[in-house]
Amino acid sequence: MSKEKYIPKSKIGQWFDSRLPLLTLSHHLQSYPTPKNLNYWWTFGGILTFCLITQIITGLVLAMHYVAHVDHAFESIEHIMRDVNYGWLIRYVHANGASMFFLAVYIHIFRSLFYGSYKSPREVIWIIGLLIYILMMATAFMGYVLPWGQMSFWGATVITNLFTAIPLVGESITTWLWGGYSVDNPTLNRFYSLHYLLPFLIFGLVVLHIWALHVPGNNNPVGIDVKKNSNETMPFHPYMVMKDLFALLIFITIFLWFVFFAPNVLGHPDNYIEANPLVTPSHIVPEWYLLPFYAILRAIPSKLGGVIFMFAAIFILMLLPWLDTSKVRSAIFRPIYKKFFWVLVFTVILLGYLGAKPPEGIYLILSRLATFYYFAHFLILLPLLGRYEKTDPLPMSISDPVLDKVRVIDKVKKAASEYEGENVNSFK
Amino acid sequence: MLTHLNNFIKFFFIIILITAVPAKVFSDEKKIDLMETNWSFKGIFGTFDRASLQRGYQVYSEVCSGCHSIQHLSYRNLSEKGGPEFSIEEAKSIAAQFEVEDGPNNEGEMFLRPGRLSDQFVSPYPNVEASTSANGGAYPPDMSVLVKARKGGADYIYSLLLGYKEAPTAFELDDGVYYNKYMPGNKIKMSEPISDGIVEYLDGTQTTKEQIAKDVTTFLVWASEPHLESQHKMGFKAIIYLIILIALVYMSKQKVWSRFGSTAVEEEDTFDKVERTVTEYEGEDPKTFK
Repeated sequence: MSKEKYIPKSKIGQWFDSRLPLLTLSHHLQSYPTPKNLNYWWTFGGILTFCLITQIITGLVLAMHYVAHVDHAFESIEHIMRDVNYGWLIRYVHANGASMFFLAVYIHIFRSLFYGSYKSPREVIWIIGLLIYILMMATAFMGYVLPWGQMSFWGATVITNLFTAIPLVGESITTWLWGGYSVDNPTLNRFYSLHYLLPFLIFGLVVLHIWALHVPGNNNPVGIDVKKNSNETMPFHPYMVMKDLFALLIFITIFLWFVFFAPNVLGHPDNYIEANPLVTPSHIVPEWYLLPFYAILRAIPSKLGGVIFMFAAIFILMLLPWLDTSKVRSAIFRPIYKKFFWVLVFTVILLGYLGAKPPEGIYLILSRLATFYYFAHFLILLPLLGRYEKTDPLPMSISDPVLDKVRVIDKVKKAASEYEGENVNSFK
Repeated sequence: MLTHLNNFIKFFFIIILITAVPAKVFSDEKKIDLMETNWSFKGIFGTFDRASLQRGYQVYSEVCSGCHSIQHLSYRNLSEKGGPEFSIEEAKSIAAQFEVEDGPNNEGEMFLRPGRLSDQFVSPYPNVEASTSANGGAYPPDMSVLVKARKGGADYIYSLLLGYKEAPTAFELDDGVYYNKYMPGNKIKMSEPISDGIVEYLDGTQTTKEQIAKDVTTFLVWASEPHLESQHKMGFKAIIYLIILIALVYMSKQKVWSRFGSTAVEEEDTFDKVERTVTEYEGEDPKTFK
């Protein structure tokens, strides 16, 4: 963002811009200064925008052919797959697009965790991001119900039944959600309506997310503030645009590999059986991206407890900027946090694996341990680390030639031992 | 401190491994390896074997269609590209073998007429209840997306068709229930549908049960994914296109980024320009010019 006010070159441009500053906005977006040391983990914001737009466009076309009625929904999907021109392509892009969207959002979230992007002054960006994530889960869940296969129906039944756990009003809330006394046509209709609405709310939040990002600017792998308009930043266009485009194309290649060569591998075969309220599938499992939360839900012995912990697992992330008290953002300079970060990644993947398994025997024990660890990471480890962790020295700037961390530490240690003539590890 | 932590984390992972590995080995249901055969439609370049699809249709119509519907296929699909590719005349005559209820006519009556290309495959039973009661309480599933609706897909269907074995001595079976090695729970209500020579192929292909199972499974794969061939073709083109595009974009990106390192030079340029302008106007050495 250049300090001096942007003035369009042409007279018409000036006339228009003084009435609606779209040109100023466009200029701001182009010249937006980004740290030059961003790595490829920073390209997922652009990738996610692409995913959202792809889902909205393919969804728009699918909605032209889909029939939201319990007697016709399953059939209309087959109609799309067989008779609509390239309907199979559009549907497979939409279905796999949901998985890719979540894959990208998980990478985006874990990137934020690793580099401390949620910390001051970026708390609001982080919270808006989590709201987007929650809406994404709701949208994906309702979208999965629309084909009206066995998993659609039984997944919807299990998840909506969770609300019955709420004391006193649970039953009435569930009946209200269903629009009847079980998951049926009214449920399908309202899920369709909401599934169409929520992506636009997500879109609105994405605008806010980017707006909030453009106030403090990007975090970066080193995690220290950059000097804007110095040689530490580069304008978004063309530098970041080209880099994001390159990463996006690689992402699209993987995405399309699924679409064309393994379109059903991420789904459950039971969803190709039309919903039947009289036949319960042997295992009811949600889509893969919801499995960690499903594991937490089932790890808790009481129903209400499970529901509380499942929602807490998401909402605890909202408090993250205040639970993590360390002033150092990037895990690069936090040797202990870095290790626990990877343990957390492993735990979440383990929870995902356990969510797909029946909740019995060793699986149940493991999911309880993993659930405990998940909460302990945020509630115990992070506050303690913030207080006691000895972080590595931060460089003065992102272009500091002594950024090579190992070298710096070695140098410091060597210098210290020379001067002090004693073991560095005990050196404060 | 750090070494302790390292040890702790190693310990943590070892515990997880020790508990997770036996969990994987012992508590899963016994996994039975499915039978495998060479499917022409597998892989990036996979296409259907036309002759096998046509034979598969024959098996479906002579053996399976007595109980199983394929309501999402239409007779026109039989002559479409990427399918069995019967000629239009053949598909028309296949359709005409079936009676389809149509109407109401001008008098308000429903009537029967011979099938047309645009008709969907005629189902053997008017509704699910009728087919359930006619089959001893087990509904023969519609085969439109059967392959996609079963874990293991084509391999599973193929194995199931060939998986009828003598039940182990301790295994109890009710009347009308059969033992099948590949069916979950090993009990199946469908009697062994195919045997050697149950159909007679016009093209002279041997009618072993393996061949028949392979042909009908191929047909069912097509029935559940009629656009599979164009899917593979388009996928291959799209990926090649993307790889080329990625290479070009990467080179452009490198080119654009190489400009960034030279901003300092650009600044110098500007400074030189200013110097030159100043020199022109002042006619003196700008170095001494304050």
